[in-house]
Amino acid sequence: MQTSVDIHPDHKPEGHEGSGFFATSLDKAVGLARANSLWPLPFATSCCGIEFMATMASTYDLARFGSERLSFSPRQADLLMVMGTISKKMAPVLRQVYEQMAEPKWVLSMGACASSGGIFDTYSVLQGIDRVIPVDVYIPGCPPRPEQVLDGILKIQELAKSEGLKRRQTPEYKAKLAAYGLE
Amino acid sequence: MSNNVDVQNNIEKDYTTLNLGPTHPATHGIFQNVLTMDGEIIVKAVPTIGYIHRAFEKLAEHRPYNQITPITDRLNYCSSPINNMGWHMTVEKLINCEVPKRAAYMRVIIMELARIADHIVCDTVIAVDTGAMTGFLYLFQAREKIYEIYEAICGARLTTNIGRIGGMERDFPEIAWKKIQAFIDEFPKMLTEFDKLVTRNRIFMDRTVNCGPISAERALEYGFTGPNLRAAGVDYDVRVMNPYSSYQDFDFKIPVGTQGDTFDRYMVRMQEMWESLSIIQQAMEKMPKGEFHADVPEFYLPEKQDVYSKMEALIYHFKIVMGETDVPKGEVYHAVEGGNGELGYYLISDGGRTPFRLHFRRPCYIYYQAYPEMIEGGMLSDAILTMSSMNVIAGELDA
Amino acid sequence: MSELHDQLLQALEEHFPGAVISSGDERDFPVFHLQKNQLIAVLTYLKKEKGFNFLTTMCGIHFPEQGEQEFALMYQLHNMMQNQRVRFKVFMSKSQMDVPTVTQIWPAANWMEREAFDFYGFKFTGHPDLRRILNMDEMNYHPLRKEYALEDAGRDDKEDKYFGR
Repeated sequence: MQTSVDIHPDHKPEGHEGSGFFATSLDKAVGLARANSLWPLPFATSCCGIEFMATMASTYDLARFGSERLSFSPRQADLLMVMGTISKKMAPVLRQVYEQMAEPKWVLSMGACASSGGIFDTYSVLQGIDRVIPVDVYIPGCPPRPEQVLDGILKIQELAKSEGLKRRQTPEYKAKLAAYGLE
Repeated sequence: MSNNVDVQNNIEKDYTTLNLGPTHPATHGIFQNVLTMDGEIIVKAVPTIGYIHRAFEKLAEHRPYNQITPITDRLNYCSSPINNMGWHMTVEKLINCEVPKRAAYMRVIIMELARIADHIVCDTVIAVDTGAMTGFLYLFQAREKIYEIYEAICGARLTTNIGRIGGMERDFPEIAWKKIQAFIDEFPKMLTEFDKLVTRNRIFMDRTVNCGPISAERALEYGFTGPNLRAAGVDYDVRVMNPYSSYQDFDFKIPVGTQGDTFDRYMVRMQEMWESLSIIQQAMEKMPKGEFHADVPEFYLPEKQDVYSKMEALIYHFKIVMGETDVPKGEVYHAVEGGNGELGYYLISDGGRTPFRLHFRRPCYIYYQAYPEMIEGGMLSDAILTMSSMNVIAGELDA
Repeated sequence: MSELHDQLLQALEEHFPGAVISSGDERDFPVFHLQKNQLIAVLTYLKKEKGFNFLTTMCGIHFPEQGEQEFALMYQLHNMMQNQRVRFKVFMSKSQMDVPTVTQIWPAANWMEREAFDFYGFKFTGHPDLRRILNMDEMNYHPLRKEYALEDAGRDDKEDKYFGR
């Protein structure tokens, strides 16, 4: 009779395994931890916010991907989810919220309005939040289905997992932020 | 040596300024209130809105009539089918078109489902703001059922663009009828569960009774309509005062509160959900047979086989899709009972392909003006509950 | 003409001679065009004596290039007890956009008038807090006037020819 069972999780990073220990590189371990415990900041402005509420509710349940605790304080959030139309009046507020978040931070733009202005090509709507802050993942849709939102979050998880520890200090990243006028 | 009492009497009042919003978990939507507070009591509140102003009224002047329906979706997006139907009825009033009974009844079913969906959001969010998250999670399952019904009818969950000018775009498929019937059978149990959890809960009642009251006279002066006005004691419901879409055929009550406080607003919406369920049941039982759209070839897309074989159908199809249909001149106002009150459409047509002026009478925008008056003198946590019980939807507030 | 229209016209001509410039029925609404300087008197009379206790809505309308009748304000009243609805309009030219405020009659008009100011530039004399409400405070034009385009004037990412403009 077998006394031990071999477990083969798919998401195991490469490393060396032995009895009671698992050795891998630090950035893979940190990436795994970051990816599976992203705390989102739901910056919900309009209709996409209601679809996000449906994603958080029991049928689609975002919490099983590690996003159990929604943080409305930018200081305690990892993932800024911009959901809904951002008008020009709101853009400085969005930027301030982004600046208050601590590194590492990711931005998810949900919906057509946040990605590019959507159907509102008007004088008062910002045509895409990437005019004021850098965006990592765009989810198109008006509003996107909850499955699409989960897909977008899984992509952010891939990004978080594979990022590495030094990315936020690289000159390319700093140049990108400088292009937006952020430090 | 100074007397302690004298020292206390000489302390100056030091007011703090607190910025509530625009991004805040408790403001469900983005609007800002700058509060001047004396400790925990609110002395003055100055609201700022317009953070999601998308210029619907100007946008509507550039879009043909059937392309305006997607914009109306995004007004009160928790109950978008009601907005869609209101717009269709406005245009039908302008072109003097009468929809057949079957289409009117189908519209009633959809509008009442939307009303239930809107009230679910508001009531569960009031509970969440008092700290009771469970009701939200339980009752949102019912919303998923409503979304499935919409998907079966029109393909979309939230921004539905349901119906067409002249009726419905297609008869409800078989699966939609089954789902509506299943909803009528299952929803009472879900709503009773939520009711038992929250309504007579001592903590909930302590938090919500006498929280943010408004009297009936003041509410009328401020232009309140909908559940907020009915909670204050005035039984004004557009479905009864100016019936549209065959609402006069249905038998339903109008729940009315007494004090206009948060508990009354919550209870009015709870009772309205039961009434809406009863209306849907009546409509399902009495559903007439017949056409699901009126005979308005200039506005209603013809059948595909006619488009391929008959010349006039081809021309109508072309004109409708390209938005080149000319509409009779005139001005018309039509109001529907939205989730928040009287949602009115004031339309001036100059005979062209797009409206000359379209003004939305948005209930949220009008009653939110009373918010400072309702919270001044109360505590901050009461202000949060008052805001969520008024069901302010940012899309409708700013338009 | 409908019965409501005739009743109201008679009452208004009796109490405010000359206030009504023209009137008629638009579908199911009696519509009266009033003199701007009689607006407050007429609306107060309707609220107090005729039972029109509810201001349903008001909005501005721009008829470009019509001189004296270029800008209009529309007020819609509702008598809930007898279920009567009526519409009033006042017209003015671009250079004379001062209108007396109705906030003292119905507080609901406060934000409605701010919206009309924001979109068209009507100046409501006596309004407690007349400033922009939906647009940014720094905006220096009134966007819903017909001469302004829908899109942002400074946009550079969309080519107009692909959007049919």
